[in-house]
Amino acid sequence: MATINDIVNRIVRGETSAMAEVEAALERAKNTEEYHALLSLTRERAIERAAAIDARIARGEHVGRLAGVPFVVKDNFLAYGAPTTAASKILENFMAPLQATAVEKLENEGAICIGKSNLDAFAHGGSTENSAFGVTHNAYDATKVAGGSSGGSAVVTALDVVPFALGTDTGGSIRQPASFNGVYGIKPTYGTVSRYGVVAMASSTDTIGCFAKKAEDVELIMDIMAGRDKRDMTTLPDFFAPQKPHEQLRIGIISESMTDSVDADVREAVEAYLEKATSAGHTVETVSLPVLKYTLAMYYIVVPAEVSSNLARYDGVRFGVRADGAHTLAELYGRSRDLGFVTENKRRIMIGSYVLSSGFFDAYYLKAQKARTVLIDEFNELFKRYDVLVTPTAPTPAFGIGENTSDPVKMYLADIMTVPASLAGLPALSIPAGVNEAGLPIGVQLIGKSKADAELLAFAHSLEEA
Amino acid sequence: MRDFVDEHRELFRLDFSQLSLFAILEAMTTITSDDVQHLAQLSNIELSNEESANLQQDLTNIVGYIDQLSELDTDGVEPTYQVTGLQNVWRDDTVVQHPAGREGLLKLAPETLDNQVKVPKVL
Repeated sequence: MATINDIVNRIVRGETSAMAEVEAALERAKNTEEYHALLSLTRERAIERAAAIDARIARGEHVGRLAGVPFVVKDNFLAYGAPTTAASKILENFMAPLQATAVEKLENEGAICIGKSNLDAFAHGGSTENSAFGVTHNAYDATKVAGGSSGGSAVVTALDVVPFALGTDTGGSIRQPASFNGVYGIKPTYGTVSRYGVVAMASSTDTIGCFAKKAEDVELIMDIMAGRDKRDMTTLPDFFAPQKPHEQLRIGIISESMTDSVDADVREAVEAYLEKATSAGHTVETVSLPVLKYTLAMYYIVVPAEVSSNLARYDGVRFGVRADGAHTLAELYGRSRDLGFVTENKRRIMIGSYVLSSGFFDAYYLKAQKARTVLIDEFNELFKRYDVLVTPTAPTPAFGIGENTSDPVKMYLADIMTVPASLAGLPALSIPAGVNEAGLPIGVQLIGKSKADAELLAFAHSLEEA
Repeated sequence: MRDFVDEHRELFRLDFSQLSLFAILEAMTTITSDDVQHLAQLSNIELSNEESANLQQDLTNIVGYIDQLSELDTDGVEPTYQVTGLQNVWRDDTVVQHPAGREGLLKLAPETLDNQVKVPKVL
């Protein structure tokens, strides 16, 4: 499988063209329609951009590090050429008046967006079954979920429609679908990539990352997207820089993530990956993160609280879909939001309203934010002695479509391994670690120290070649 | 049960906190249909009866799950509201033209009149 660098080199040398690459990607998108991974194609704009890049190459002009490389963005990124729906009815026809900084940076390097991928509406979910526009199917088994919420981006990467795709990760929405579809998925350190022009979900944990099949491709894309943006005041000063792998990392495997409640197949895959690390000269020890069992409860307090606030803006007034026949403004809000949101959006908004209600604030929201400090302290203690922490990315491989939809709490449990790094703002990477007997992919999660994103990628790359 | 606990919150804290009785009672939280209506109102969502009934069960289950956090000892722990450590990130207080312009932004609104967004009467 060619790396992104290989593709760019071939385009620049004239062995292929941006147009040929884009047309081939659009063709592959058409041939994989039955997975329902894409909500829209940005065909016209992609063709125009490809022609422009080929013309520049023909004139001998400098082109960027991603010249002519097609990619897909999750449909909660504002991008030109197609609506930005967040897979919700309320934004069904919303044509973005600007582009996300992340998309702009990739386009400035010559990358070409060919389409927008399916997600759980407003990124609320772990299976892409909460999309208002239909379910995405797993790349390995059409009866299984794609994972979520960035399910569509994971599937188009797994199916080689495009060499990379963008996603957002608030509690696991890149890592878990990456695991379910056998590709890399990174959630960077909180604040690495600008969120300007991306539909907000939970502002204290929302991050932007990507999917690819090679660690070096992930590194290249993150290197381009990372950096301070004056339009997003929460971005960190520039720090991301590709690096060489360390010869000997101290790895801690979190014991609470390897209990009997985790699928045996998943534990075996994690152990096999750790053996590979040991043979490569790294040390592995079992460590404990006692607060792990409470992190999902923290997450489902903090995130709905922030969701209820961030989704207040969807009211049918200034943009988006407006319900018909409302006689008062209150009716207009209530009806537009009823028809515009899926049930999971409503659950989260209402739980958010609940935990923020006067009288309950201390017991829930404040309590969760204190618990978050406990979690961060436990991570800090471990990172005094270890460079990298390891868990499975998810407790199971992809589950069946419809299997968890009737029980929201059961669905939330799919996030149990991924939420800790989100609440602590730490970088985390899901690495493809083979398939089980049924042929379903399994992912291993690496969690690094704050700003150790490139170190995780270098490590993953070194084991990929081994 | 929730009302009962709330009314006697101080009592439970004083007399039974060591026995975790408060935590046990908390874990029995149920969301009533009145709670659902109240939360829907706070959230500005007009729910159908069927969806209200389903949400009552869902929200009870979710609150039941998150209630387990009360077991965790957080006495004397400071809350974490954000993880960047960034403080007071300033920008210049100047007017910036939106790339879409006034017309482009008004075009996004479902209804407009004389360069303004139109809504039904407020009351």
